[in-house]
Order: sequence, then C-alpha cells, then structure tokens
Amino acid sequence: MSVSLEKGIHALKEVIDAPIASYFESCVHCGLCAEACLFYTETGDPKYTPIHKLEPLRRVYEQEYTLLGRLKKMVGLSKPVTDAELDQWQELVYDSCTMCGRCSLICPVGNDIVYMVRKLREGMAVSGHVPDGIRSATKRTVELGGPMGLKWPAVANVLRKAEEATGLKIPVDQPGAEYLVLLSSMEIVNYPEYIEALAKIFHKAGISFTLASDAFEATNAGIQIGNSDLAKVIVSRIVDAAEKLKVKKVLSPECGHAYMAIRWEGPNLIGRPFGFEVVHVLELLDELRQKGVLKMKDKLKDPLILHDPCQIVRRGGVLQAPEPLIQQVAENYIPIVDKQKWNWCCGGGGGASAIHTEEAEALRAKVFQIKKRQIEEAGVSTMVTFCANCRIVMEEGFDHYEMNTKLLGMTELLAEHLEN
Amino acid sequence: MNELQFLTWVRGPGLDIAVGIFVLGVVWRLFEIYSLGRKKDLSTPRHAAGASGLHTVFRRSLPPPGMLKRSPVSYIGGYIFHIGLAIVVFGFAPHILLVTNLTGLSWPGLPSQFVDLVAVVTMAAMVVVLVDRINKPAKRFLSTFEDWFTWAVTFLPVLTGWMAVQHLLLPYTTMLALHILSVEILLVVLPFTKLFHAFTLFGSRWYNGRANAQRGVPV
Repeated sequence: MSVSLEKGIHALKEVIDAPIASYFESCVHCGLCAEACLFYTETGDPKYTPIHKLEPLRRVYEQEYTLLGRLKKMVGLSKPVTDAELDQWQELVYDSCTMCGRCSLICPVGNDIVYMVRKLREGMAVSGHVPDGIRSATKRTVELGGPMGLKWPAVANVLRKAEEATGLKIPVDQPGAEYLVLLSSMEIVNYPEYIEALAKIFHKAGISFTLASDAFEATNAGIQIGNSDLAKVIVSRIVDAAEKLKVKKVLSPECGHAYMAIRWEGPNLIGRPFGFEVVHVLELLDELRQKGVLKMKDKLKDPLILHDPCQIVRRGGVLQAPEPLIQQVAENYIPIVDKQKWNWCCGGGGGASAIHTEEAEALRAKVFQIKKRQIEEAGVSTMVTFCANCRIVMEEGFDHYEMNTKLLGMTELLAEHLEN
Repeated sequence: MNELQFLTWVRGPGLDIAVGIFVLGVVWRLFEIYSLGRKKDLSTPRHAAGASGLHTVFRRSLPPPGMLKRSPVSYIGGYIFHIGLAIVVFGFAPHILLVTNLTGLSWPGLPSQFVDLVAVVTMAAMVVVLVDRINKPAKRFLSTFEDWFTWAVTFLPVLTGWMAVQHLLLPYTTMLALHILSVEILLVVLPFTKLFHAFTLFGSRWYNGRANAQRGVPV
C-alpha cells in the first residue's frame, strides 16, 4: 500500500461517525437517489447513482467498524480499497458530483448522501485523487489568497473603478464597521457590478461597511477539494480579519460555496463558534426590503424565472429571501415547478466548474439540459440567480446550446432598479 | 427426523437459537453503529418551522414532490408490501397467540380471510418490486447477491405461511415447520444485512433532519 493511500484510508477512518454508519446500514439499494441527481437523469448512466459514488467509503466503514466486516477482512474475504479504484472514483466524486444535496432530500430511509460525499473527499484529497483543476485552485487560494490567483492590488484597482462609477467611497480596513464585506474572485473578475451594487445599497441604507485587504476572498477551495486542514487555513483569514477589525457581521457574497464555507463549515473548521454573525447578502437585502429601505424606482418587465443556488438555498437555508426579493424588482416572475430547496443544480458546483478536462466539460454540457428544459418549459428568456459560479456555468451552457437567455445577478438587478 | 420431530425442533431449540441470535445481533449492531458518536455542530443554528430530526422521521415516509411520478413502483409497491407484511405478521390470530404465549401480550386479530387476501397482495407487490429491481437500470446496477437473498428471505415466510394455511403442496405439519424455519432464517439474517434498515432508518432520518435543521432547512 502506498503511503498516500494509507493516509487516505486513515482519513476516511477518521471521518466515519455514527450518522455515516447509520446511513450505510439503512441503504436498501432502492436507487431512488439516482432520480434526484442530474448526472443520472440527464445521462441515464447508473454509475452516477449517488449512493454508488460512496462505495470506497462504505467498504472502509464495513471493514473497519463492523464485526462481520473485520472478520471477513481477517480471513481475506473482503476487497480492499486500492489506488486504482480511488483513481476510477475521482470522476464520480468530483466531476459528476456538485454536492448539490438533492439526493439527501429524496432518500426514503433518510440518508444524508451529500454529507458522506463531503467526507469521502477528505480521503480522496489526502490520497491525491483529485482533479488537477481543483488542486491548482486550492493551491492558489492558499498561496496567493484566491482560487483565481487574484492579489490585493488587482482588487484595490477594481474597488477604485467602482468608486469612480458610483461616486461613493468604499472603505478598506476600517475598524468598527458593522459589516465586513467578502467577495468571490469570480465576482471581482467577471461581475464587478456586484461591488458597485453593494456600495449603492449600503449607502442608501446608511449601514457602515468595510473590506479587508488581507481577507477579501470568501470562497474556500479547501472545502471543495475536501481538505479540512487547508479549509481551516483559508477560513481563519476571514475570522482573524473580522476579529481584528471588530466588525459585528460578516457579509457573505452571493457565491454559494463561499456561504457554506464561512457560515456553516467555518466554526466547525476552527473548532469554536464565531464572535460575529455571518449574513448572506440576500438575507441583508431582504431585511432592508422588510424595513422599507429597498424601494424600487421601476420594475423589470421581462418574464423571468429564478435559479436557486444549491449551497445558498437547499443546503444553506436562505429559503425565504429570494422570492420576495425578485417580486420586489420583477413584474413577471414565474415560479417554476422545482424551485427553492427542490431546484436543480447548474451542474458546476462543488468545484466541478474548475475541472477543465474534455470529459468533465462534455458532461457539464450534457447535464445542463435540465436547466435548458426548465427555461424552455417556463417559456422565458431571462433567468435571475445569486451565485457567481452558477452564473459562469450557466452562461457556458447557454453558449453551448446557443440559447438566447439573459442571465442576471439578483443584487445587481436590485441595485439597478433602486430608487435614487 | 420425521415431520413431527422437525416441527418440534423448529418450535423449540430452533426458535430459541434464532430469537437469541436476533436479539443479540440487534443489540450488538445498534451499539456498533451508534457508539461511533458524532461531533457537535458549532455553527449558530438558524431556526425554521418544520425543521427537526423528528419532523424528518415522519416526513420521509411520504414521497417528495414529483418522485411518485418518477418511480411509482418503488413507492406504491413499497407501501403495499411493507404495510402488508405488518398486517400479516401482527394481525393473523395464530401469530398473536404465539406472542401471547411468549410474553402475555395480546390484541385482537383480523379475520383470517382478510389476512389471506393481504398475504396474496403482499406477495404480488413483492414480485412487482423484484421485477422493478431487474428492470430499472439504477436498481439493477446497485443490486448485489444480498439484495436477491434478502428478498427471498423476506418472501419465503409469507409464501410458506400462506401455503400452510391453504394446505397446498405439502402436508400441513411439514409446511408449518418450513414456515417457522423460514421465519427463523429471517430473524438470523436481519441484523446483519440491509434488512437492518428496519432499525436504523429512524436514526438515519433523524440525523439527516437534525443536521439540516441546524441550517434551517426542513428536509
């Protein structure tokens, strides 16, 4: 057994807990989780059945933690987990799982399958069975500060431009502000309008905020790759900055995995509760809407549907804010059948969008058919969402299918129609 | 061994052994699984109506939106054979008598003709879900020896019991002995196969519901 494999199996032994044991013991192979997974529904290939993606973890559980499994292992009747097998599983655990968590809502015996995928990734990461795209994104986040290798001077430049465009001051490293604003690299590079939108809204609401030059990146590639040690390093930057600046709240950007990382995994990674509150930007906007601060000068007329990002809605619990917010700014919002916590993933979450092999990209395009169908069935040409990663993935999908769909970011849309 | 000796054995030592393995097996497996524990969630919880472990224990008994249409056989077939098994096991008067003799507990039985009908419907549903397992790509792909084996082990007690009551194929004594033996095999196998979901399902649903309730999501 190679050293890395040994480490990987050790990592898997470490993550197995009572819920995982209970889940594996409860599975009756009914296969219903397949019907919840877009990688199965769009390809029809049974290897994408969610519970099957966990087979290496299941065997480690059986062989290490059950009496019968240990007996079988002793007499050589069990099949050990090998490097070759994990290598084969890499596609199932990364390329074809976006950790969207839809399967966890479907399983009739109640298995939280996505919880187990997250745990299996710990072993995959340690044993070196990780797609290059995610590996290098993680390396850049640890060494340079963000998954795209973006450094502070470049961010400062974008902020300066936003200040010029809005005529508003964007404070940096300002102690005592109410909010520490986090960004995701994708927003900084691809959607700088988000920053302008935020500045306008904060100004309008009269809320103090700041950015931190040593902690601007909210995404956490450590979580996507499945390495808790790296994830802890990345999240600690934010915690340190928030505590140093003595802010009351930290504002998570639209980005889904960023929210998951800081709001839900963060305290567990550093091993203590935070001394500040973590708020998703949509929660803040909805609060402002309820207070009557978020008044619109006009409304968007185009019929549109909403894409609820998995990590913010289904897995993050921001369930109630999106619909009232879109109704605030859109006249013809059309609710779709599978909405809110039942929404279908864009196909590129959980780090999948960072994998640029030919196979992974072809698979992403294929599973995008489910989003295409949702748009076509609603008969709209506009979709609104609130996750920078979903946006990039879906724009790639529109290009691939040569669709004429306009994709808008919720925060920018609100800012654009905000009463002056 | 003649048929009477066979019946005496399955009713006496056979039953003792089977019940012994079943009880010890269940206790051991539950310990093995739940003693692993879990870490406390340190994030600040978000509260939402309908989100808790207990809610999920009950909610997962119903098909989620759209799923009944996607996999009707799984749900309808599944309901019929689970409820059918419960009716046959706990509603048939001779079964109640056995429990009364063992524990002193007693409850009214259902008319035997009704139980008879339920047994037939249950077997039919089990055959249908078996065919579905063969037909549906995801189900077939996941299936191992254990899936076919546990199906047989669950089906045989119903079949032999029904045949004994109907006096089919073999003399009543022999069929009854075979029926009891098949139940004993089921008891021995249950704690160590996927049939153990009968016990762990509640824990699994609760853990899932609890973890998601932390984030304010009713699942």
